[in-house]
Amino acid sequence: MATAVQTVERENYLNSNYGIKSWLLTTDHKRIAILYLISITAMFWLGGFFAMMIRLELLTPAGDLISSDTYNKLFTMHGIIMVFFFLIPSVPAVLGNFLVPLMVGAKDLAFPRVNLLSWYLYMAGAITALVAMVTGGVDTGWTFYTPFSTTYSNTHVIGAAIGIFIAGFSSILTGLNFIVTIHRMRAPGMTWRRLPLFCWANYAAAIIMVLGTPVIAITLLLVALERAFHIGVFNPQLGGDPLLFQHLFWFYSHPAVYIMILPGMGVISEIVTCFSRKRVFGYEFIALASIAIAVLGFLVWAHHMFVAGISVYAALVFSLLSYLVAIPSAVKVFNWTATMYKGSIRYNTPMLYAFGFIGLFTVGGLTGIFLATLGIDVQVHDTYFVVAHFHYVMVGGMVMAYMAGLHFWWPKITGRMYPEAWAKLSALLVFVGFNTTFFPQFILGYMGLPRRYHAYPPEFQVLNVLSTAGASILAVGYVLPMIYFVWSLRYGKEAGPNPWNAVGLEWMVPSPPPTHNFDETPVVTWEAYDYEHQPQEEVTVGH
Amino acid sequence: MATSDIGDIQVAERALQHHFADMEQQRDTSSFGMWMFLLTEIMFFGGLFCAYLVYRASYYQAFVEGSQKMNIVLGATNTAVLICSSLTMALGVRAAQMGKPKLMVILLLITILFGFGFLGIKAVEYHEHWENHEFPGPNFHFETGNPAHPASDPQHTQIYFSLYWAMTGLHALHMVIGIGLVAWLVIAGLMGAYTPHYYNPVENVGLYWHFVDLVWIYLFPMLYLISKKHGV
Amino acid sequence: MWKNLPLFPERASALAWQVDGLYFLLIAVSAFFTLLIFALIFVFAVKYRRSVHPHAVQIEGSLPLELAWTLIPLGICMIFFAWGSLIYFQEARPPKGAMEVYAVAKQWMWKFEYENGQRDINQLHVPVGRDVKLIMSSQDAIHSFFVPAFRIKMDVLPGRFTTTWFRPTKVGTYHLFCSQYCGTDHSGMIGQVIVMEPAAYQAWMSGGASSGTLASNGQQLFQQLGCATCHRFDTQGRGPNLTGVFGKPVLLEDGRTVIADENYIRESILIPGAKIVSGFKPIMPTFQGQVSEENLMALVAYVKSLAQAQQKGAASDNSSVPDTPNSQ
Repeated sequence: MATAVQTVERENYLNSNYGIKSWLLTTDHKRIAILYLISITAMFWLGGFFAMMIRLELLTPAGDLISSDTYNKLFTMHGIIMVFFFLIPSVPAVLGNFLVPLMVGAKDLAFPRVNLLSWYLYMAGAITALVAMVTGGVDTGWTFYTPFSTTYSNTHVIGAAIGIFIAGFSSILTGLNFIVTIHRMRAPGMTWRRLPLFCWANYAAAIIMVLGTPVIAITLLLVALERAFHIGVFNPQLGGDPLLFQHLFWFYSHPAVYIMILPGMGVISEIVTCFSRKRVFGYEFIALASIAIAVLGFLVWAHHMFVAGISVYAALVFSLLSYLVAIPSAVKVFNWTATMYKGSIRYNTPMLYAFGFIGLFTVGGLTGIFLATLGIDVQVHDTYFVVAHFHYVMVGGMVMAYMAGLHFWWPKITGRMYPEAWAKLSALLVFVGFNTTFFPQFILGYMGLPRRYHAYPPEFQVLNVLSTAGASILAVGYVLPMIYFVWSLRYGKEAGPNPWNAVGLEWMVPSPPPTHNFDETPVVTWEAYDYEHQPQEEVTVGH
Repeated sequence: MATSDIGDIQVAERALQHHFADMEQQRDTSSFGMWMFLLTEIMFFGGLFCAYLVYRASYYQAFVEGSQKMNIVLGATNTAVLICSSLTMALGVRAAQMGKPKLMVILLLITILFGFGFLGIKAVEYHEHWENHEFPGPNFHFETGNPAHPASDPQHTQIYFSLYWAMTGLHALHMVIGIGLVAWLVIAGLMGAYTPHYYNPVENVGLYWHFVDLVWIYLFPMLYLISKKHGV
Repeated sequence: MWKNLPLFPERASALAWQVDGLYFLLIAVSAFFTLLIFALIFVFAVKYRRSVHPHAVQIEGSLPLELAWTLIPLGICMIFFAWGSLIYFQEARPPKGAMEVYAVAKQWMWKFEYENGQRDINQLHVPVGRDVKLIMSSQDAIHSFFVPAFRIKMDVLPGRFTTTWFRPTKVGTYHLFCSQYCGTDHSGMIGQVIVMEPAAYQAWMSGGASSGTLASNGQQLFQQLGCATCHRFDTQGRGPNLTGVFGKPVLLEDGRTVIADENYIRESILIPGAKIVSGFKPIMPTFQGQVSEENLMALVAYVKSLAQAQQKGAASDNSSVPDTPNSQ
């Protein structure tokens, strides 16, 4: 056993230097990941607070707790914060930033200063959007549909749009950094076929970031210009076409859901293999499925517009393509499940979250099939069915994966273990709370309750109360990790370099890793997920 | 010669960042990154091009009438100016590669001059349109100037002008940024930062400059030369 | 079933059964796959837990399995695709002879106007068993016409007409929701669709005070706005003769051909220069800002009636010029 003294004395990225400046001017990908972790956690709680207010309002059919304008601002800000400032940066900017260079055997991302710039852009965008929210709020919904956003809303649309515009460049630069790093910075022997699936998934997401984000940027810029100067690109009163906005918006915002979910899928591939102690089942298929999702994801945007007034034949084509993008997701689910077959399975918290992810993502994916089906979409479009569907994918899928990844790599990031019993309890609470919150919304949706309703007819109340009750359990499930993660920083057990006895370059360096990651450039001679040759027992720290 | 070569290599070694194995990897990586960035830029303009195509297909006549108002002489001059600037930029990169920093600085200064020339001519055009109320918004007013053919669809001609201002404005913004970047190269070049072993910033800014030039090569026919036949 | 806790929407239109049928199939397939995945995870997690199965058996993958779980879901999806598209096609194509109702959506109310000129606010009265086609447009933001009991939904856009249709099969009162977020009182933009027995519907129709049919109002506007000076019912007018134009292809000056539907007529009134009929000069002034959504609909109804009257006329004696559309 290594002595504690040895671990504390060792130079790592956290203790290499101190002071605010050493953090705000850092170009170390690991420190930038921590900066992102702190910022997006703050955004998560803000967005979560708005969600809680929404659920409380919906306890009763009448709009009695808050005014309808306030309600509209709340769901708009919940959407903007959660989508643009939490979900999109969550796994890529925190875990991806920290892990991609370690996993490919590089000392840093390809462009460390660009990486820091991208965090500053994120902060600038977030602050701009927050200022818009604090000084009056936005009430357009996160979708900014014209002509409501350009003409009829009296709120701070321009500020919010510019905030997202700026944050978009943060996302573009992160994606660019990942693509270049994975192409050019891999250690000797780290071939594409040996690349961890987490890197494949982030690579696929990065393609979407680089190709999709500029389109939303220019679209929101046009919205802002239209509001400011009354030019008529989207305004029908001035001859514009509001559907053009929807096309341009969804051209990014549909692929954007894959920016959110793909890195989460990468996390699950790492965890399922580690806790089953097995090679991943169908490595090539999972890797290629990521790329297929990224490519096909660009061809399905108009399935958000089946009742918006597009032509019947366009709807047909987009419906067909939408089924095609569902297939690679199904392939991944089956492969993860097959990976567990004849494994040697251990139920640590990351694995529990991964179980939750696979189950909930399956439900989210299958209900996506409902929405791709033209005749059904007409009934459930813009209802709570859609709300439930994307929360199953985004919260049941993505946030579960984020939590799984955070628990899995927490010892690597901080050098400390989290308390396992509390973590298991929180995983259970999240799973139960989540399903209680969102499953009733599928039923509400098919019954016809439209989304974004501040007040609703009384027959929908019982299911809404159930949903709110679930949300409070979910909230507890999220508060707990917040507490024990902070607690573990001081009181957690020393983790050692490889507490899970996992394979992968990131586990071969000490925890927390030294500033330059690797003293010597590693040479990879083994296949990905080579658990066959990994000793079964816990590797001791002094190894 | 030999001593200066060693000096060059020392400059290059100072420019090697800690996380790259060698200069070759660094150069390779930065140029790959630049191409990825240009891909993003294509999509950035792509949204506007897409809006342009949709509206042009639907309201062709209105777009024709709008494009009649363009000053083709100034537009064509500007196209020529930009093509020349691309040439001097390319020669500047070549000079850096050949290890002729003074020549590089001179060529880049000419490039900057061309850049300002382009912006100056563009400003003259903008001024004309502004005076003629051809700026979208409440003050927009459009007449063909030919009483026999009154404006058929001024509303959609306004969209033409919205796109004209947005696309050329965004392009001009890229030009301004480009001029700034070239100026930075000039200063660094004067300080002796670039050698045949290390000139990838020059190369990357060159790529950017050519891209911005290329965008204009598309903008010019799309906005200025829609149709002379259907004219008024 | 459960009066206070309904878990399923009422079925009150001809299409509802088809939508529900496909919905049940989707639920069955989804439930099967969800339970399959949950069961597999559970069984594997228990059977291969570390304590009883300490050494994992390494398996690389299996091409037949990969192909199976790619192709089988794809095949199932194609069934959904075909069925779903069939329903969508029916929804998108209103049957001929449907009764037409015009709807204007605005922040935050629904206005309906029937063919006989009668008007309704936030209530739509329809007879049971009859096809009803809605021709809708918005005065401001985008709204959406959604009647869950009929399983139909269609966005209502500013600047153009959209249509939807339904055939109510059950007498009753049903929710009408605006499902596209439209501002402050979005959730208050709720109306009712009241499906009545034909007799009751007739009684209701004749009870309301109306000032002439929609088409005759349109005819009046046609005179007032001076349309009739150019659009004459002979070949001498400076504008095209509108008799029998509706629903027919129109050859344009630039060589294209368009179908003269509701949106074409709308555009021709508001942006006359956009599509010039072959052989005519672009001399018509725009009526943008001069005619309200309701008046536009009246004008469209009038132009339509010119086509219907001509068909009838052609069938009877082949002579009459349709100047009294309310005679139809």
